[in-house]
Amino acid sequence: MKIHEYQAKELFREAGIAVPKGYVARTPDEAAEAAARLIEETGNRVVVVKSQIHAGGRGKGRFREHGDLGGVKVILDGLEGGADAAVETVRRTALQMLGSTLVTIQTGEEGKQVNTVYVEQGMDIANELYLSVLLDRTTGRNLVMASSEGGTEIEEVAEATPEKILREDIDPLTGLAPFQARRLGLGLGLGGAVLKNFIPFVRALAGLAIRLDTDMLEINPLVVTGDSQVLALDGKVSFDSNALHRHPALVELRDLSEEDPAEVEASGYGLSFIKLDGNIGCLVNGAGLAMATMDIIKHVGGEPANFLDVGGGATTENVTAAFRIITQDENVRGIFINIFGGIMKCDTIANGVVEAVRQVGLEVPLVVRLEGTNVELGRRIIDESGVNAVSATSMLEGARKVVELANGAAA
Amino acid sequence: MSILADLNTRLITQGLGGAGRFHTDRAIAYGTNVVGAVHPGRGGQVERFEGETDQSGVPGRPDTYQVDVPIFETVAEAVAATGANASVVYVPPPFAADAIMEAADAGVPLVITITEGIPIQDMVIAKRYLEGRSTRLIGPNCPGITTPNQCKIGIMPGYIHSAGRVGVVSRSGTLTYEAVHQLTQNGLGQTTAVGIGGDPVNGTNFVDVLKLFNDDPATEGVILIGEIGGSAEEDAAAWIAANMTKPVAAFIAGTTAPPGKRMGHAGAIIEGGSGGADDKIRALEKAGAVIAATPSDMGSAMLEAMKRKGIS
Repeated sequence: MKIHEYQAKELFREAGIAVPKGYVARTPDEAAEAAARLIEETGNRVVVVKSQIHAGGRGKGRFREHGDLGGVKVILDGLEGGADAAVETVRRTALQMLGSTLVTIQTGEEGKQVNTVYVEQGMDIANELYLSVLLDRTTGRNLVMASSEGGTEIEEVAEATPEKILREDIDPLTGLAPFQARRLGLGLGLGGAVLKNFIPFVRALAGLAIRLDTDMLEINPLVVTGDSQVLALDGKVSFDSNALHRHPALVELRDLSEEDPAEVEASGYGLSFIKLDGNIGCLVNGAGLAMATMDIIKHVGGEPANFLDVGGGATTENVTAAFRIITQDENVRGIFINIFGGIMKCDTIANGVVEAVRQVGLEVPLVVRLEGTNVELGRRIIDESGVNAVSATSMLEGARKVVELANGAAA
Repeated sequence: MSILADLNTRLITQGLGGAGRFHTDRAIAYGTNVVGAVHPGRGGQVERFEGETDQSGVPGRPDTYQVDVPIFETVAEAVAATGANASVVYVPPPFAADAIMEAADAGVPLVITITEGIPIQDMVIAKRYLEGRSTRLIGPNCPGITTPNQCKIGIMPGYIHSAGRVGVVSRSGTLTYEAVHQLTQNGLGQTTAVGIGGDPVNGTNFVDVLKLFNDDPATEGVILIGEIGGSAEEDAAAWIAANMTKPVAAFIAGTTAPPGKRMGHAGAIIEGGSGGADDKIRALEKAGAVIAATPSDMGSAMLEAMKRKGIS
């Protein structure tokens, strides 16, 4: 589960991790008010308006409705025009951003609508760094990753100058030790008061990541100011959804408007669903088989419309919901049901499919491949139901048939 | 011969909830020697399992079975009373890592964890706890281990197996079934099928299992089934190139997976340009593995790999 930058910074603040002062706004007036308050409180007449969406690359992104406006705007008008000029420009900028669509390298062409902006004090930046806490799958431990190349995507740094990436493994028994935090700081070229501020900062961050079960916690950039402060200028945080049961307060931070409605509906039924761009709907049990089903459809010349794993414990009701979600996609020209029953029993799938067809109808070709637990019973249920399904005995045969039929239906 | 599980396995089930009970019953029907169960609050009780024998399992048994499985409060008690040497964990996700550590503390040498959805930080701690202990963890989020005709631990359907010559190791449950089924159909059969699980932090990786298969005299070839995310397949490829004496066939799922999306399994995600299927396929191909173009070709890829090594 992802959260917005302003929410991440609130969590940082609560954990004693320094962030610039800022206020969230959902209307231009709120943004103007936030700017006025910031200037009054900090005496700093430079403010920044930041679009809040669940995607990176906001600074370099552009609004579809306002081609020259990026997702992050530094307002300098206050320097000469005074506080009132800054506040007015913030209001105008927020008016443009709110309700408009921001397209960044991570949103895809469709972009994302901005519903919230974060108004933040401008910082006197001396140095930009990179810091993240993530899982190292090789060791099965958490890792702090740091780089002197702040502001650049870490993947680019890893590609161009891998020697500039520093790593410290976190032993779950001790957490990030002070000497490790110091070693990171020295490696980043920090010294004096900056190093002294960096050490508690990075240790608090590592502690927070583990305490809150984050999947990924990234600060890019982490900034060093002219007066030796260390602050998180950005914050990107996502949480391990399997651990949310112990963080009820974090669940409240979920912004459903950032997620695909079909994916949200599917997750309500315990289905793992990801919307894709093709025209062959897939209903599969098991994540590996579901992925391989997408692959095999592509292999025979088709394009999958989705990834869908009904899971091992699905009921007839879940399967019915899965089928309905697939058929809601207007692009779907054929449906491939591919089941190898282990925990999942083939008769459960068959009953769900029959029930779904009864409820929502069937307007596109349906190919069913059943194998595994209770396979004979499952096949019989479908055969006797009168549902117009084509059966297949292997994945490859099923994939070929569904792609062929879908192409026929499209022509 | 086989690896990890055989006729000498003495299994306990941790967590006799719905799934735990159902699959314990299926395991007993297959012929697995289930000697006990651990379920907090039910210590001292006995759970009776009875029904028709799974004829695809251990041969030479009566048509029906009736087994009374004693339930214990703790794993230590269960081990002391039954001499169990393996445990299968069906405990719900919030408590599963604790169950794994409890089994390790009790000295159980083999712990197979079926549970899906364990918080990652819980597994980070459990993995650390296992360091320096003699317990081997398989999983979590895995289908288990089956040695045909001898022992079935976990949730794999028994009837698709047949005793034979090929070892299967996989990150995916249902793709394991595909491979096993094809090996049964083409007559090669299996020595042992091992699901190592789809989570990012697991107990046993591809290399660990490849070593066991390489050392097992009965195993003549191995099918390896990987997927996007992490670098376990690349590590396996490096080990195969340097050490593997037996033919390997491989399938990697997720060629068409979009970057940054978690494809069902917690561990199946392409992050920051790494973990993609193409790199894994290239690495395994370079190491001499025969790549199955689709999951329907895993059995024939194994035949081809064996043919190349002069095994028929």
